[in-house]
Amino acid sequence: MAATNSIASAFQKRREFIQAKWSEQLAAASTGSMKGRISAAELNQQSRDFLDVFNPAVQAGKLQDIYAPEWAEVRSFLDDLSQRRVLAGFSSSETATFIFSLKRPLFDVLKEESAADVARYADAVWDATLLLDALGLYTVKIFQKTREEVIGRQQQELLELSTPVVKLWDGILALPMIGTLDSARTQVVMETLLQKIVDTESQIAIIDITGVPTVDTLVAQHLLKTVTALRLMGADCIISGVRPQIAQTIVHLGVDLQGVTTKANLADALALALKRSGITFTKH
Amino acid sequence: MGDLLLVTIQVDMHDQLALTLQDDLTRAIDKNGAKGVLIDISALAMVDSFIGRMISDISAMARILDAKTVVVGMQPAVAITLVELGLSLTGVATALNVERGMQLLRRALSESHDDHFIKR
Repeated sequence: MAATNSIASAFQKRREFIQAKWSEQLAAASTGSMKGRISAAELNQQSRDFLDVFNPAVQAGKLQDIYAPEWAEVRSFLDDLSQRRVLAGFSSSETATFIFSLKRPLFDVLKEESAADVARYADAVWDATLLLDALGLYTVKIFQKTREEVIGRQQQELLELSTPVVKLWDGILALPMIGTLDSARTQVVMETLLQKIVDTESQIAIIDITGVPTVDTLVAQHLLKTVTALRLMGADCIISGVRPQIAQTIVHLGVDLQGVTTKANLADALALALKRSGITFTKH
Repeated sequence: MGDLLLVTIQVDMHDQLALTLQDDLTRAIDKNGAKGVLIDISALAMVDSFIGRMISDISAMARILDAKTVVVGMQPAVAITLVELGLSLTGVATALNVERGMQLLRRALSESHDDHFIKR
């Protein structure tokens, strides 16, 4: 308990000193690529704001558990800081340094405060290390989480971008598929295509798989599901863009594509679709 | 409508209702001598495996009674559910909407008339 007290009193008495030293540390640490992203004044402000919420939490005790309600404000400050740093393009170590660089000034002050009592100093340093490590790890955790959210959002956007449904003719839709087909994507593709069929009252849909690199049993099964769903809704489906290799793989895998119309390229598929709709062209 | 019957499902189907429908429909086909049945399920938002089977059952029953069934207006969500349940309703004709379904039935019926009845 004595150690806890000495950390608390260190902050109580020497707050300004710690803050000044810490700012120096932060400024010294922000070299290279980090320099352009944040100004010294901003860093100074951030450290001041952090101590504003950190100080009351330390005074409340409970240094062992940063998930205690007393630390809620500190945590939300760090959440915010990590999130902003992710968006600004900081690395994880640069973000964690924000907390870890507080060690130096804090230890200095503890040394001065308890210079006579080595055992007391060691205890205080140990407690301070535990606390700051926990906070640092928490910052990194949030940083990681925010990064993952960003990645997830980008994936979602990519998913939506890669499934356009195009109207080729009155009553004829085409869906050029690009990239690997997995369950999640097929689901999105199926839903968009079926909805579009309802909206445009189209009778024929052409799924073009020229841009699909490989077809395995799973992908073939997904395709069959889409075709079946289309048939259930009363629309016809043509699969086009089957490359020689893919035709070979499908046969080798023993996938049964009977009952599904397939064409080698989109032009053939469109010609067939037009024929089925009763549209004919003549050359003059 | 002449020799066609139109069934519109307006409420969420539950099992008892489905069985009643099966019963009523087969009786109606028999009574009117219907040659074609249109089942409009555009208002049906949810299905389970029982309803899925019921649809193909009705179609099979109608076929035995010499009537052709067309299921029209299936919602995307319903189609996806049926596929995921592994019910592909093979042998059931489908169409996008009532109008298209009617065309399909008329064409099928006129073909069968040509085959069997009209002699010149």
